[in-house]
Amino acid sequence: MAENDIAIRARGMSKHFGSLKAVDEVELTVRRSQVYGFLGPNGSGKSTSIRMLCGLLTPTAGEIEVLGLRIPEQAEVLRQHIGYMTQQFSLFTDLTVRENLEFLAAVQNMPARKASVRIDELLSEYHFEGRANQLAGTMSGGQKQRLALAGAVIHKPELLFLDEPTSAVDPESRRDFWEKLFELTDAGTTILVSTHYMDEAERCHRLAILDRGRLVADGSPGELTDNLDGRTLLVETDAQRNAKRALSEVPGVISAAQIGNSLRVLIDAQRASQQSVERALVAQKLDARVAPVSPSLEDVFVAATHQQEARKEADT
Amino acid sequence: MNARRLFAVLVKEFRQLRRDRMTLAMIVGIPIMQLVLFGYAINLNLRHLPAAIADQSGTSASRQQVMDMLATGVIDPVAQAETPEQLMDMLRRGKISVGIVIPYDYERRLANGQQAIQILVDGSDTVVQSAAAQLAQVPIGEPPPENNTNQPNRQSSVPQSQSPVSIVSFYNPQRVSAINIVPGLIGIILTMTMVMFTSVAIVRERERGNMELLIATPVSSAELMIGKVLPYGMIGLIQTSLILLLGTLLFSVPIRGSLLDVYIAALLLILANLAMGLLISTRAQSQFQAMQMTFFVFLPSILLSGFMFPFDGMPKAAQWLAEILPLTHFLRLIRGVMLRGAGIFELWPDLLALLAFILLMMTLAILRFRKRLD
Repeated sequence: MAENDIAIRARGMSKHFGSLKAVDEVELTVRRSQVYGFLGPNGSGKSTSIRMLCGLLTPTAGEIEVLGLRIPEQAEVLRQHIGYMTQQFSLFTDLTVRENLEFLAAVQNMPARKASVRIDELLSEYHFEGRANQLAGTMSGGQKQRLALAGAVIHKPELLFLDEPTSAVDPESRRDFWEKLFELTDAGTTILVSTHYMDEAERCHRLAILDRGRLVADGSPGELTDNLDGRTLLVETDAQRNAKRALSEVPGVISAAQIGNSLRVLIDAQRASQQSVERALVAQKLDARVAPVSPSLEDVFVAATHQQEARKEADT
Repeated sequence: MNARRLFAVLVKEFRQLRRDRMTLAMIVGIPIMQLVLFGYAINLNLRHLPAAIADQSGTSASRQQVMDMLATGVIDPVAQAETPEQLMDMLRRGKISVGIVIPYDYERRLANGQQAIQILVDGSDTVVQSAAAQLAQVPIGEPPPENNTNQPNRQSSVPQSQSPVSIVSFYNPQRVSAINIVPGLIGIILTMTMVMFTSVAIVRERERGNMELLIATPVSSAELMIGKVLPYGMIGLIQTSLILLLGTLLFSVPIRGSLLDVYIAALLLILANLAMGLLISTRAQSQFQAMQMTFFVFLPSILLSGFMFPFDGMPKAAQWLAEILPLTHFLRLIRGVMLRGAGIFELWPDLLALLAFILLMMTLAILRFRKRLD
């Protein structure tokens, strides 16, 4: 990878709040013109990481380089080149759509004429025709989110940070939103997006899974699921509850999650197999069919967080 | 500092202000309300206190004395009483605020130069107490004029007929409260509204989440702070004009010095308060906390600045504290300019104190405001 091909590089990035390690020695490399995802539950350090990368929080330790700038030292220079969409709607609810965009354009130091052209462009691109004079506070969740994205890209930033951008919108708005993101990457923008939705994570070019402040896995969605080949099984049975109880006693079974009429089972390939699972079910006199199934990102997530837990137990 | 960005913050503040009805109402409502309240309702020269008189003497001299006291207008007789005990009872029940006892031996006491009249006062109200002092100034047992000329040296007959000190009130000869109060009221209203507006200014954006967006943009602390202060500065000047106008129309408050000086003084106080508000705003965690902190500024300002009580009468420690409050210096300036016709540069120590205060507060506010979340 050529050096100028990299948008973000972090080594040993850590942030401690008192005794809490919100982010713990995260290593990160994000290539340009990609959608890079942070996947993790609430409190896993996604927001804290993003805030450190755009210079809003000072890291406790580690080195961060964003667009070739040292962060947090050169954060002020970086601010002209990034767009940041916060988790909660952070535009002014008592300003209209156009007024919000006008303010952001001016704050980004865009000349008035250029700003006016760009705002008209964004208004039509983000479907705000006829709504330009509506107060931002009176809009729906999906509209607010589109407006926030329009505001974040008004100065055509090279790098866009999106902190759980779709947590408050319906599925259709989410799909539209991702369309917009890919349009942006096609135009050369790098996007770092955090999410706790698996389907969104699957759309990313590359992905980092965060759990309790640690980066537990990273790679493209394909690579991550391929690593789990042979470890995911589907158990079809009428007695899911009993089957689940039986399987929880089998060594090497990491999780058994009920999905509709079946159980999705994740195993540790070294300690369990399809046969051992079948045997355990037969021993309980349960009528069940076991078959391999292709792993999903959710399985990756469960496996990665389980690994992390096991490591922690080994430490103590 | 970038002009375009500063202007953007300014425009934004004005647009938000335009839609904030409650704040707009406060900007106009508070000055009018305070001016009318202080000018009409709150009058420290008390009149018409409910009173009862127990005239046990019942002579023509005692009746004359009662008439003199009623003529002052301080008391209104509302009940009849025969004995001091009845008066005390009415006082306790709150029926009267003042009771006057004229004893049986009123004339003999007068002749002997003893205390001839007792005034019972509801001491639970300090203002009523001071009103009683007004009553005590009514000459007692004024003898007929011919008596006086015949024996001018007979001390015992007219022990308090003439106060040895005569008071001449400069600048406010009629002792109209409004004339003293209105210039100070400019200061009170500006302190109340300006500190409050800006103290919530930054916290509000933090609470609503706007701050995280703002600090991720290239806007600088100084642009943000100054862009927030200037609109409110204009509002402060509008409020000042409103109070001056109403004060002149309703209470004929004079502006003896130059109008420009009045506005210079007002502008300095406005900036001082806005800067202090901003500093509060950078410290407070919530809008409610900002309001609480505002009160810590507001109360000492009202009580110690010399608006309520004379500065010179306060203990030394209180005076030192008062010296660090911008309102104290403003009051000296505004009273000097409006009532005594002084030029503002003649009052340079207070001018300088205000300037120093503004610089200090603004610098602290800008330094304290970090474009960081931690």
